[in-house]
Amino acid sequence: MLNKIDYLLHLADNALIMGHRCSEWCGHGPVLEQDIAISNIALDYIGQSRYLYQYTAEIVNGKNDPSLGFTLPASEDTLAYLRDTTEYKNHLLVELPNDDWAVTTLRLFLFSTYQYYLFTQLLNNEDTRISAIAEKTLKEVTYHVRWSADWVIRLGDGTGESKFRIEKAIEQLWPFTGELFLNNDAFIESEWNKKVASIFDESGLIMPKKSWIQQGGMQGIHTEHLGFILAEMQHLQRAYPNSEW
Amino acid sequence: MNSDNRDTMLLKEGTVDAIWAILEKVNDPEIPVLSIVDLGIVRAVSIDHDFKEAEPIIKITITPTYSGCPAMDVISIQIKMAMIAAGFHHITIDQVLSPAWTTDWITENGKQQLKAYGIAPPVGKSFDNAYLEHLVIECPQCNSTNTTLVSAFGSTACKALFKCLDCKEPFDYFKCH
Repeated sequence: MLNKIDYLLHLADNALIMGHRCSEWCGHGPVLEQDIAISNIALDYIGQSRYLYQYTAEIVNGKNDPSLGFTLPASEDTLAYLRDTTEYKNHLLVELPNDDWAVTTLRLFLFSTYQYYLFTQLLNNEDTRISAIAEKTLKEVTYHVRWSADWVIRLGDGTGESKFRIEKAIEQLWPFTGELFLNNDAFIESEWNKKVASIFDESGLIMPKKSWIQQGGMQGIHTEHLGFILAEMQHLQRAYPNSEW
Repeated sequence: MNSDNRDTMLLKEGTVDAIWAILEKVNDPEIPVLSIVDLGIVRAVSIDHDFKEAEPIIKITITPTYSGCPAMDVISIQIKMAMIAAGFHHITIDQVLSPAWTTDWITENGKQQLKAYGIAPPVGKSFDNAYLEHLVIECPQCNSTNTTLVSAFGSTACKALFKCLDCKEPFDYFKCH
């Protein structure tokens, strides 16, 4: 199990990296409305990550212990911009490249459905800051699930090409879904399975069996893709420390 | 407000009301007809009389509409400027997340202003499970209910894009949230 600081960073990193991936579509969406949709979703995720980093920074500063390895004083910016790949604790699923629209929307569906059940559980967290963040973001996550599920259905039940693409996306992403449940209650996995099965059923898609799990993100062992994301995201702060927008 | 009589006024009851009145003149930067009070994002106003300080500290608590809404920082700056312009200098602005903001907090006045501005106000209560497609949204231009969803996401995080099938005009709908 992760300690509180690491767990908060894990949640925050998931949101930030997901937000960054979604933001890569800004200006490149297949049509204007969908470009706007995914850019809005990116904003929601980055907003989520800010709440979580801000709270983490408060805890880190309260401990004021240099041996923890954080730049002090910590802030949402130092946590996002001054940690390297091995310090990031996001799930591997969120750092994978967007590839095509099928991979992007399927990943969003698989991840936001997971977030939906996780945050539903975190509503009852004894830490009122965490439960408040869960309460706030759950509303947005609900919208993400609806939008991305609509796309999975549309692609799965669409043309031969769209079905081919979404099936390829399932094959590509599936080994990365198991990691979502490694440190969570079984309830989250079973609810997730039910929801994903119902949408796949409606889409005419076959849900693969659980098999080999690609994992390591929470321990800082990432795919090569995360380094490229951080290089782009952190370049300005690394090259010009403390520069402001 | 004349700054000379401000201090005496601050000690009177009703000062909190005066601050609310100032906040009612601060508008949302993305929807300039709607005040932040009508939008429901000002959650509390209080005055902290620390008599060691020459001036009391005004505490204003706001809540974000959407997590990533870029307007929140601008709104905080606008609140500070409005308070300073009214002669208050010691201001703290706190952000709370719980209870989470909902469109149910938009006032009737706010809904009418949205419509007059060309944005269809939210219909129904938040989380009533009515999917967007099944909602009957009235066109803010011609009042026709013969409208259809174009996109679940619109020009800002809080809006969806609709079009009217009678007057053919596209319009924003302020989503239930």
